Amino acid sequence: MTPPTSVAPEAETPSAAKQGPAGRRIRIDVRHLSLLGVLLALVVVGAITKPDEFLATDNFRLILTQASVIGVVTVGVTFVIIGGGIDLSVGAIVALASVWATTVATQEYGLAGMLLCSLLVGLGCGLVNGLLIAYGPMVPFIATLAMLASARGLALQISDGKTQVVTVQSVLDLGVPDSYVLGVPPIVLVFLGVGVLGWLVLNRTTFGRRTVAVGGNPEASRLAGIAVKRQRLLLYLLSGLCCGIAAFLLIILTGSGQNTNGNLYELDAIAAAIIGGTLLSGGRGTILGSVLGVLVFTTITNLFALNNLQTDVQQIAKGAIIVAAVLVQKGRFTP
Amino acid sequence: MAPLLTMSGITKSFPGVRALDGVDLDVEPGEVHCLLGQNGAGKSTLIKVLSGAHQPDGGEITWQGEPVRLPTPVSAMRLGIATIYQELDLVEHVSVTENVFLGHEVASRGVIRPREARARTAELLARLGHPEIDPGTLISRLSAAGAQIVSMARALSHDVRMIIMDEPSAALDPDEVDNLFRIVRDLTADGVAVVYISHRLEEIRRIGDRVSVLKDGRVAARDLPARTTPTDEVVALMTGRDTQHAFPERSARDAAGPSVLRVEGLARAGEFAPLDLEVRPGEIVGLAGLVGSGRSEILETIYGARRPSAGRVLVDDRPVRPGDIPAAVRAGIGLAPEERKSQALLMLESVTRNVSVSSLPRFSRGGWLDRVRERDRARARTRELALAPDEPERQVSTFSGGNQQKVVLARWLLRECRVLLLDEPTRGVDVGARAELYAVIRRLADSGVCVLLVSSEVPEVLGLADRVLVLREGAVVHRAPSRELDEHRVLDLVMEGGPA
Repeated sequence: MTPPTSVAPEAETPSAAKQGPAGRRIRIDVRHLSLLGVLLALVVVGAITKPDEFLATDNFRLILTQASVIGVVTVGVTFVIIGGGIDLSVGAIVALASVWATTVATQEYGLAGMLLCSLLVGLGCGLVNGLLIAYGPMVPFIATLAMLASARGLALQISDGKTQVVTVQSVLDLGVPDSYVLGVPPIVLVFLGVGVLGWLVLNRTTFGRRTVAVGGNPEASRLAGIAVKRQRLLLYLLSGLCCGIAAFLLIILTGSGQNTNGNLYELDAIAAAIIGGTLLSGGRGTILGSVLGVLVFTTITNLFALNNLQTDVQQIAKGAIIVAAVLVQKGRFTP
Repeated sequence: MAPLLTMSGITKSFPGVRALDGVDLDVEPGEVHCLLGQNGAGKSTLIKVLSGAHQPDGGEITWQGEPVRLPTPVSAMRLGIATIYQELDLVEHVSVTENVFLGHEVASRGVIRPREARARTAELLARLGHPEIDPGTLISRLSAAGAQIVSMARALSHDVRMIIMDEPSAALDPDEVDNLFRIVRDLTADGVAVVYISHRLEEIRRIGDRVSVLKDGRVAARDLPARTTPTDEVVALMTGRDTQHAFPERSARDAAGPSVLRVEGLARAGEFAPLDLEVRPGEIVGLAGLVGSGRSEILETIYGARRPSAGRVLVDDRPVRPGDIPAAVRAGIGLAPEERKSQALLMLESVTRNVSVSSLPRFSRGGWLDRVRERDRARARTRELALAPDEPERQVSTFSGGNQQKVVLARWLLRECRVLLLDEPTRGVDVGARAELYAVIRRLADSGVCVLLVSSEVPEVLGLADRVLVLREGAVVHRAPSRELDEHRVLDLVMEGGPA
């Protein structure tokens, strides 16, 4: 065996250290590092262009808070994509859950009732997606596109297009500085929790292992004895659950529920997962990459806003970043 | 007569395999030239070289006296070489007409002329004896035979001088075969040459002019008269002993004890007839048959990947739920499928993860994985099978075919399966690595696993299995201990169905 040129980061035991060409892990690390590098570069740009505003603690808190809602959605979407699917309905599910959980009737049940409602709406939509895709069987693109349309329509119907203001004080309290834990808003803590849990589930559980297997080669997974349909159903349930959580975070953040919430979240979440290194064809991806992807996009939005650049410029920049990230990955992925 | 096509000294190698080793072939205008050979003899590679799909490493091709190169399928088509592949290459959801003129549409200045295209298609279909096929029908609505006709119409829509037909009769009824032969005779009467590949010797005797036999990438015989060469002689040329099959000794003791795998009247309508089968621990049972004889379907049905229309499968006298792979795996059945890369392996993943994928619950508590135990157990299995290189964290795609197959076997070893179904276990495996794989399979059987083996290579079935079932068109035509059979006999049974 030729001596390893570099040692895998996971090499804890001597036997593992001998496994020289564990190139996959190293590559993924390089990608995470490069995303961190981009993030750092953005911070430097911010520090130079708007030193006072950008570097303020409040601004970092704002960036993280804004990243949290879309971040939770992205974790769910990342699982779905790694499992070989796609979920276009996440934004609409967030809207529907946020509207349903803030109706006058729901608000009567207080914080617990609103949270439960939000999660159940998310899970319910995920269940419908999952059943259609796994047992229909329908193409994920079509099934979730249909869900996108219906959920948005239902959200409009329930809210009648009006902003539903939250009057439950305990919910509103979760958004004010008094609720911060060591200076960190609860919303951000939830994002952190979902991120860590997502990482653990993907890397340390049979569910995560099966997700990767089903996404990488569904036929081989089926013939290896994995219940592929059940796995697919569970993935869309998971994505729906994440949307329910995100909807509740959005309710806290805005103090209201609106049928226009979560607009284009599906594209932002997919884009963040892709620049984080998730293969759109399935079978490979990381939670850390997706989280970094979300942070990059949110920081760019923040930078552009601080520098008074219009949304159109932001959109163009986002597009360019997606293309650049995928081109870089192509270069790395060629076996 | 001057030959239309001459190939001389054609060589072609793939990693680890010399598929063509100096092949000579000449085809004359208006003749039906039959190509014979066992699976892996090089027929498919030779066709692909002829149709421009593969580039030869060496040798010369002459077309009508001129040396030519065939860098792409289009260049072959321009010369007038058309190929009808075994697996038809039609676009499912468009019409017959569009398929016939795919890539050379009837158009003026880029605008399709539908009426003319339709008329010309109808004309071609009529010439092929099938005026009843509507040029506007979608391919997906046609029978296999209908699709074959369309494929042929496509070939004829070019100004064709030579047609290569790869097992054209495989999907056809006897009536349709007669029609096919009529078409072939019409074509040859017009001076078109036909290169005809088939396993069915009786067809070759009916339609063929000359026969070339390929064996292990070389020409074993050429210029044999198709009508008069005895079957024995052809079979002898196709077989003969070779060095690549070094089989392990069968264990001295006979397989004892009650059968672990019992298959009772298992059938799938249209695929295979009711089958009874028993395999005892330590026994290897072989299924011999051609592609399409139902052998893979039988394995997949036992494994639950297909739902049987009748019959049942029992492991240790307990029935296994039909059509349910997880249930079959729980009962102790494992399958090493035919297409290793697409059906068995997670190519992006490490060896460890490929080995452990069917046994994850054994390394987990409440869904959480114990990765150290997973790695150690998987590694113990791959070491038992002498996986090389011994690097379980390496991506499985970087291993050779033989070692990839060991990864699949290690998966079922780790699952402690009682019944192992092997579908073409040495496909795509280097000649040198085969003997090693044979030894592994024998060792698995000796350790008490029931093995059911499918292979297109008769010597492999005979050398490895204790008992053999010969299949033809979905039915068992013969069963015998393998020591009572030889290659000739099995090939006769497989191709002719009757006793030699």
